[in-house]
Amino acid sequence: MRVRVLGLIRRWETLLVVLLIAFVVLGSSLSPYFLSASNFSDLTSNLMEKAIMALPLALVIIAGEIDLSVESMLGLASALLGFTYALGWPLWLDIPLVLVVGAMGGLLNGVLVTRAGLPSLVVTLGTLALYRGLASVVLGPRSVSGWPEWFTNFGFAYVPGTLIPWPLLVFATLALAFLFVLHRTWIGRQIYAMGKNKQAARYSGIDVAKLKTYLFILSGVLSALAGVILTARFSSARADNGQGFVLDVVTSVLLGGVNIFGGEGTIVGVVLAIFVIGVLRNGLTLADVSPDTQSVAVGALLILSVAGPTLVRRISAAWPRRQLTSPVSNS
Amino acid sequence: MTEISPVLQLTGISKRFGAVQALIDVDLDLIANEVHALVGENGAGKSTLVKILAGIHRPDAGHLELDGHELVLSGPAAARHLGIAVIHQHPNLFPDLTVAENVFAGRLPRNRVRGVDWGRLNRAAEKLFANLGVKQRVSVPVRGLSVADQQLVEIAKAFSLDARVLVMDEPTAALSGREVQRLFTIIRQLRGRGVAILFVDHRMEEVFEIADRVSVLRDGRHVITAPISELTPADAIRHMVGRRLETLFPKGQAPIGEVALEVRGLSRSGVFADVSFQVRRGEIVGLAGLVGAGRTEVARVLFGIDHADAGEILVTGKHADIKSPTDAMRLGIVYVPEDRHEQGLVLDFSISANVSLPIVHRLSRLLMIDRAQEGRLAADYSKQLQVRSTGVNQAASGLSGGNQQKVVIAKWLATKPTILLLDEPTQGVDIGAKAEVHRIISQLAAQGMAIVLISSELLEVLGMADRIVVLHEGRVAAEFDRDEASQERIMAAATGQAEA
Repeated sequence: MRVRVLGLIRRWETLLVVLLIAFVVLGSSLSPYFLSASNFSDLTSNLMEKAIMALPLALVIIAGEIDLSVESMLGLASALLGFTYALGWPLWLDIPLVLVVGAMGGLLNGVLVTRAGLPSLVVTLGTLALYRGLASVVLGPRSVSGWPEWFTNFGFAYVPGTLIPWPLLVFATLALAFLFVLHRTWIGRQIYAMGKNKQAARYSGIDVAKLKTYLFILSGVLSALAGVILTARFSSARADNGQGFVLDVVTSVLLGGVNIFGGEGTIVGVVLAIFVIGVLRNGLTLADVSPDTQSVAVGALLILSVAGPTLVRRISAAWPRRQLTSPVSNS
Repeated sequence: MTEISPVLQLTGISKRFGAVQALIDVDLDLIANEVHALVGENGAGKSTLVKILAGIHRPDAGHLELDGHELVLSGPAAARHLGIAVIHQHPNLFPDLTVAENVFAGRLPRNRVRGVDWGRLNRAAEKLFANLGVKQRVSVPVRGLSVADQQLVEIAKAFSLDARVLVMDEPTAALSGREVQRLFTIIRQLRGRGVAILFVDHRMEEVFEIADRVSVLRDGRHVITAPISELTPADAIRHMVGRRLETLFPKGQAPIGEVALEVRGLSRSGVFADVSFQVRRGEIVGLAGLVGAGRTEVARVLFGIDHADAGEILVTGKHADIKSPTDAMRLGIVYVPEDRHEQGLVLDFSISANVSLPIVHRLSRLLMIDRAQEGRLAADYSKQLQVRSTGVNQAASGLSGGNQQKVVIAKWLATKPTILLLDEPTQGVDIGAKAEVHRIISQLAAQGMAIVLISSELLEVLGMADRIVVLHEGRVAAEFDRDEASQERIMAAATGQAEA
């Protein structure tokens, strides 16, 4: 069983690589500019905030919950950064402050889910609205600009001597850390255990509530970090920054093979899926398709990513299962 | 007795579920104007028989006759239509519909414009309840009624369908003493009106109060049917427990040490109250009682899943504050739960990941799981407990019930506990694996472990336990030493019979 499940996941990741190559080929046929180095770094820069939010969300979903509030946490972080910077506070103070607020936002989600026992879908849908609303309370409709050069460079400039944008370096480091934590450490093991069987995890002495709360906090902090990076990249702090990102973030995680019901998924799959969606959007942009229209494709991918594995599993399981259970279930 | 032809006759009924033979060649006859009690231990086959009468299950062999005519129940609707009404322990009504609507569900009187004729409906329902001698408002939703009142709605419904046979499955389980008396009054009325009543229960005092005849089931077989006047409660209990052929691994001699676990006046509101007992090192204490007596609930509190409202837990003589399973584990208390699949194992995980789960953080260095050590640990315990598998990387889902249970036990032994709570450790495992689990429990006691064994199987408790604490409705009904315990005495205490 385990071998078969692992095999399926491997096949799923193979499928993502195939999809990625297909989209690259498609993109290069749409525009000669697609395969250029500068387009590649554009494409990745555009992706990194979503990619950074997708990593903790993957853990949250594997643990059996969901966090829809990430994009609003990003917006709140951006607004708060602009607000404090406009007050004349130094950035070395503003940035940690914003990350702490991200942690508090995550803590609120975590406490409402694990202590009050509310469904995370509802809680984070609520904070999705709440944090966005707070963002506009903090900053209003204005945008804050006039950022120091080192800060805006951090948003899109290359690591000296390379073609690697700074945000990509941040994401790559984080991705490696998540890869290690999920697949090699006891924390990852406990996350899988609670996603596969919450009761058995609890009966095995795992503090399910505490670990889940930490995951929500992590999600809040990294969403705030994404907000800082987006503000730097746009050289502009706005309350509506990152609006609509949640679709791409959730789609990346699920397309990456994370089971929406928890217990299954890999970081490699999620990273691949992030790039699949990035390449798709980039190709469509080059083909002059507006971002709103692109959502048709992303939305379809989201549904496919949930329906696909289920369908594969059902087809592969239907045959032997039917033969096995029929004498009993007919009784 | 004079020869009266039965309303409903069951002959040679057998029913099998997978590997479990639930009923074997059972005969039963129900006579009009009679209350027939069906008694038996948990798992004796009472529920299966009720479900056959309700048309939910079909027998593999044997036949049913209603008024001398062969009866085939194709489903619950057919049973109801033919005049067999089954009232389950938990009433099965539409909570948002009114009492009257529930009584006449599917047969609501219509008015000229094809709407419901509420006046006629409510009058009919009122008449029905008046006939039963019950005061009941018929236009209120069922949701607000007590379980006892909901049962009456079910009875009224059966009555409105001209039921010939009324089957009541443990109807008093959720009722207070006064409600039981009211129910009995109604049952006596119905008895006088030509209805044949099957009263399924295991509370002796109730059976002997209401029944005219009693039949006993044991291990799926019909043991005896006799008029109530020819039996005593003790006889009935003796027939219920009987003598079984199964040989059980008896507990070996173990030196009994100091008190490892003591429970004083432990209470959890609505679940159990004032439970006290001690367990010493090397000792196995059996917790006996019927399903729902509060045994699992006590274990859950000891393991920190639930919390007590009152009372004290002492571990090696010191007050223990157990707020979570982590606290319990730290004190050396572990719990092998009743439900292997939902609580004991992560089925998709390998044997080794299951065994290491409670201590996986301790098997790690710099957060990283030491897979080699993890594999060795799982292999050691698998060997010690003789888990049959293709290796420690095999998923737990692919193991047999007995081997799954051994993996759960291995998981807890790996934490080096001193107090082991076992909840139905041999439920659903085959005879061979059962004996092995008994051998393991016995060995652990010999090594100085203090063990609490919860089991619904009396012979298991009698064979394994040094002392037996019997719970009845959340309270300690009796405590026996090994040599003074007998199936009859345990059963009497578990069913609320005072010591004879």
